[in-house]
Amino acid sequence: MSQDWLRSSVEELATQVSDGAKIAVPHDGLGVAMETTRALIRRGVRDLHLVCVPVSDLQADLLIGAGCVRTLETSAISFGEHGTPHRFHAALKAGTIEMRDATCPAIHAAIEAGRKNIPFIPLRGIIGSDLLTHRSDWKVIDNPFAAHRDPIVLLPAIRPDFAVIHAPYADRDGNIFIGRQHDLAVMAQAAIHGALVTVEEVRDVDLLASEETAAGTLPAIYVAGSAVAARGAWPLGLADHYETDEAHLRDYSQLARTADGFARYLDEFVHRRRQAAE
Amino acid sequence: MTVSRQELLIHTIGRLLLPCRSVAVGASSPIPGAGALLARHWAAAETPPRRLFLTILGSRHLNAMTSGGVELFDMAAQGRIDAFFLGGGQIDGEANINLVGAGGTYPQTNVRWPGSFGSAYLYYLVPRVILFREEHSRRVMVPRVDFVSAPGPRADGVYRPGGPVGLLTNLCWFSFDRRRRRFVLETVHPGHTVEEVRDNTGFDFDIGGDVRTTAPPDAATLETIRGPIARQIAEAYRRFVAQVFPTAA
Repeated sequence: MSQDWLRSSVEELATQVSDGAKIAVPHDGLGVAMETTRALIRRGVRDLHLVCVPVSDLQADLLIGAGCVRTLETSAISFGEHGTPHRFHAALKAGTIEMRDATCPAIHAAIEAGRKNIPFIPLRGIIGSDLLTHRSDWKVIDNPFAAHRDPIVLLPAIRPDFAVIHAPYADRDGNIFIGRQHDLAVMAQAAIHGALVTVEEVRDVDLLASEETAAGTLPAIYVAGSAVAARGAWPLGLADHYETDEAHLRDYSQLARTADGFARYLDEFVHRRRQAAE
Repeated sequence: MTVSRQELLIHTIGRLLLPCRSVAVGASSPIPGAGALLARHWAAAETPPRRLFLTILGSRHLNAMTSGGVELFDMAAQGRIDAFFLGGGQIDGEANINLVGAGGTYPQTNVRWPGSFGSAYLYYLVPRVILFREEHSRRVMVPRVDFVSAPGPRADGVYRPGGPVGLLTNLCWFSFDRRRRRFVLETVHPGHTVEEVRDNTGFDFDIGGDVRTTAPPDAATLETIRGPIARQIAEAYRRFVAQVFPTAA
């Protein structure tokens, strides 16, 4: 069986993302493609429009710090208990990224509209929030179906070039197991070219053969390319496989406090590809 | 038995959530999560036992949803989430909340917080939003937020079946009067005073007829919080449990 969907390396997979591309990425725990992220930084990709679905942490901070991002669309950047996203804060202060603050359901809804390839989608809430003041691309209309006045927000669809994700495994035909993380499928379907996927491994099975696995599968038709990357979400976690490397996140947050410390981190963990002992 | 600050808050939240059928708790919220678990524990002990659906974001086992992050928002829109928690770097007297940043000129604020998350949606749609912020200071409780992530209820004709029921802090519990758009001081936590609340609050608020002391948990409830509840919340908040309930960790 031809495996034309399988790239020889993550570096090769990363070449599919050109400068200026719009990419959609999931949040921690869902399968964040950290090895692909490091490959993109090694390649020196520029001017990305990063759409976080609906939030991000280390992935966004790394890409921003490495100068890969022009536009950031997200509902939050947070390391939770594990520190502060210093590179994100520094870029905002310096004005080097265009910030598009959003709210989680707005990003989900806009991606859903992208999946349907419709131009916009209405969403409740938001009116009266300063988010709306700073989002000239979001509009308010009167619900045309209501008998009385009913203002509602319209959001333009988001159609990224690629969704960039990591998943537990691909089957022999390039179908991807994503479990209950249906958001990943929506992102892949909304993307013009589909998903760039790293997997822990390729298994000699057919995910579509049984209802139990098919329900948790992203079919290969939505996949623009895959590569194997063992521990490809590290230092973030992957459900059922490994936990987030909390100590590494805290160390990162300490180092990334300064531009010098961040440069040392990039050198050690991105360019020289050191990984923590398993 | 000495009741810790966290135990008092968990107990207070448990009581606020008891009438609910379905509760969701957002990221970085160990105390609300533990309070929701306590409410679920009480509901299960009723005759006949009552089921309280609980979703704690960041937990895999305490999760009643199967279709990813978007489902929480869709469930809220469907009226299937009775209660949720929101906080903020700043909260003002009209219950506007700011999760974005303070000072400077947006987006170049002097201080930047993570961002608005789902607040600009859930605040309108969830009937019992509990504002929860441990720090009670004039830095947080301000006359007017610098950035409105989500506005408090107002008569603007916007679809809004939800909104805040009140604000719980390290010092007290305020209810929120949606018609008058003002907080009302209801109870002050043991060891604190109305004057202390006033000194540390940057906005005007009303005072209920007689301000009582926030009821502490009884011995049996305290045992439940320190045992099964601490163990259950540890799945999502290991560090919190190690610090606050070292014997349960």
